[in-house]
Amino acid sequence: MNAPKHESRVHERYLRHSKRFPNIWCAGCGIGIVLGAIIRAVDGLQLDKNDVALISGIGCTGRMPVYVDFNTMHTTHGRALAFATGLKMARPEMKVIVVMGDGDALAIGGNHFIHAARRNIGLSAIVVNNSTYGMTGGQYSPTTPIGAQAATAPYGNIEQPLPIAELAAAAGAAFVARSTVYHVRELERYVAQAIVKEGFSVVEAVSYCHTTIGRINRWGTAPDMMHYLKEESISLKRAEKMSEGEKRGKIVHGVFVDRDIPEYTKLYDEVIKRAQQQSGPDGRLSPPAEGVDGASL
Amino acid sequence: MTANPTSILMQGDEACAEGAIAAGCRFFAGYPITPATEIAEVLARRLPQVGGKFIQMEDEIGSIAAVIGASVGGVKAMTATSGPGFSLMQENIGYAAMAEIPCVIVDVQRMGPSTGRPTSPAQGDVMQARWGTHGDHPVIVLSPSSVRETFNLTVQAFVFSERYRTPVILLTDEVIGHMREHVVLPDPQSIERVDRSGTTVPPEWYKPYENFPTDVPPLVPFGEGYRYHITGLHHDERGYPTSSLDDIHLWQGRFFRKVGRSLSDILLYDEDGVKEAETLVIAYGVVARSARHAVEMARERGHKVGFLKLKTLWPFAEEVVEHAAARLHHVVVPEMNRGQLALEVERVAGRHKVYRVNRSDGEMIQPSEILTGIEEWRQGT
Repeated sequence: MNAPKHESRVHERYLRHSKRFPNIWCAGCGIGIVLGAIIRAVDGLQLDKNDVALISGIGCTGRMPVYVDFNTMHTTHGRALAFATGLKMARPEMKVIVVMGDGDALAIGGNHFIHAARRNIGLSAIVVNNSTYGMTGGQYSPTTPIGAQAATAPYGNIEQPLPIAELAAAAGAAFVARSTVYHVRELERYVAQAIVKEGFSVVEAVSYCHTTIGRINRWGTAPDMMHYLKEESISLKRAEKMSEGEKRGKIVHGVFVDRDIPEYTKLYDEVIKRAQQQSGPDGRLSPPAEGVDGASL
Repeated sequence: MTANPTSILMQGDEACAEGAIAAGCRFFAGYPITPATEIAEVLARRLPQVGGKFIQMEDEIGSIAAVIGASVGGVKAMTATSGPGFSLMQENIGYAAMAEIPCVIVDVQRMGPSTGRPTSPAQGDVMQARWGTHGDHPVIVLSPSSVRETFNLTVQAFVFSERYRTPVILLTDEVIGHMREHVVLPDPQSIERVDRSGTTVPPEWYKPYENFPTDVPPLVPFGEGYRYHITGLHHDERGYPTSSLDDIHLWQGRFFRKVGRSLSDILLYDEDGVKEAETLVIAYGVVARSARHAVEMARERGHKVGFLKLKTLWPFAEEVVEHAAARLHHVVVPEMNRGQLALEVERVAGRHKVYRVNRSDGEMIQPSEILTGIEEWRQGT
């Protein structure tokens, strides 16, 4: 096997040589692994870099796009999906990948997350879930486990964590999968599936932060936490045969949803056709469209 | 079709929507809010007719974000809202300013603060339009005083946003937005449209934030082979984050210069009888209509009153006002707020010269109230 050698060459073709390295992430961080999975997924699909956009919000994960030679945009906190929605509508042919942390996607950006899923707009949302706000120093996030200490939960977190994949599935996403930064090959495969999927797709990449919330809780070093991801993960197939009690605290990984439902920009093309048939493209003050059956939209 | 221009009865919000389409706007994202909802309703119907797209987002923050995203994709884009939604948009308006992404934001002002009186007009967002987002940045704010002018200034907002790579805010109000007037729309061929200039350099040389001779480097849309980075962080000429003071100084210089050096293009105003005047009335938006009436009433009574109607509120036309006010003893500034633009007039004309006429109770300022202002002030000196 000469895979590692080959892969370093793959990354070289996608990282920006004009950008000053090293990156801003702590040694041992899982975010770089997710970036590697995205790069290999794009490479495996043989996509043209010009057709790929990588959009992010704020936080450690928000810094991912700057390093990669795609069309990249680092937006405001929580709003990456809303920016990406506009871009996708302007350029439906582009593959728009949105990377977010758990706080970015589910706290400040939670509303955009469920509505992007509900609309089923063709974006690939990759959520790096390290269950904390790493960049600001380990405050509790919407995915911090109950009882864990955090910089803003010195007596232990009392808020229920939000299950990202289950939320995305309930909100209407076309493809939902969960993997971890330990299961690199699986993660890469899910990212590729998400990119190919026409509708809204979500890949939750469970990661960790050994320098903030990990340090506060004495969860150990980066290798310790990587080991934890390995030991505590169970496949969806296995989980289906287990009781709720047995599954408690486990990371269930696998493809939760893969369904064919109409994608938003494709549906909007139909709206344009309908509008032009009904009133003619130059009808300045044409009367309101009549006879449009709302149910048929 | 017909050579004779037809007069159409049209609402201000509708004129805004039609102006946007005439300017080449092909994307609108918005959220329902009184008194701006009609703009969204008209565009939901009209945009797909011309091959454009409309989306109702989950809130105003998402609306302005989608607008910026669409603009990055190369499509002229707009959102419309009122005070509460305008407040929510502020962070991303700052992003558009910082990242230099053209877009148009319409604020149909209603009485505030907070939920206020949604169906009553006001001009309470003048300072928010200038300073609502954090950090210093240039901004262009236009304010129409009729339905026809709403059409014109909406077109102009797109022209400025593309020409200077900046968000442009159109500040109208409940009366202008909901009022119906007969308008004759211009021939579509005669309407000025500015499209992205594009670049002639090969992709590897392209710098989206280059210290360009015009101070406005070309913005190439995503997806056209020029792969680059956009961020709200301070950035260098390539768009990469930087904390180097050299980079920041270079960028700041260009960022403020691009608007500052073009005031002769950006400052729009109408003046009438300013040179012969002893008293000057400065007004904008819906109040300019009452003010125009008051000026005529004062002239009938033999007063020498000049009238300056500002269409560009920001940047503030300080040299114009300073020059006009220099020879005068009295400047009357009627506004439907507690005195916002009056602060700027006082700054350049001197506080002792300025007489404010204010109402912030959701009711129009009557011409007689302004006339009283003109006369009381004259008698008092």
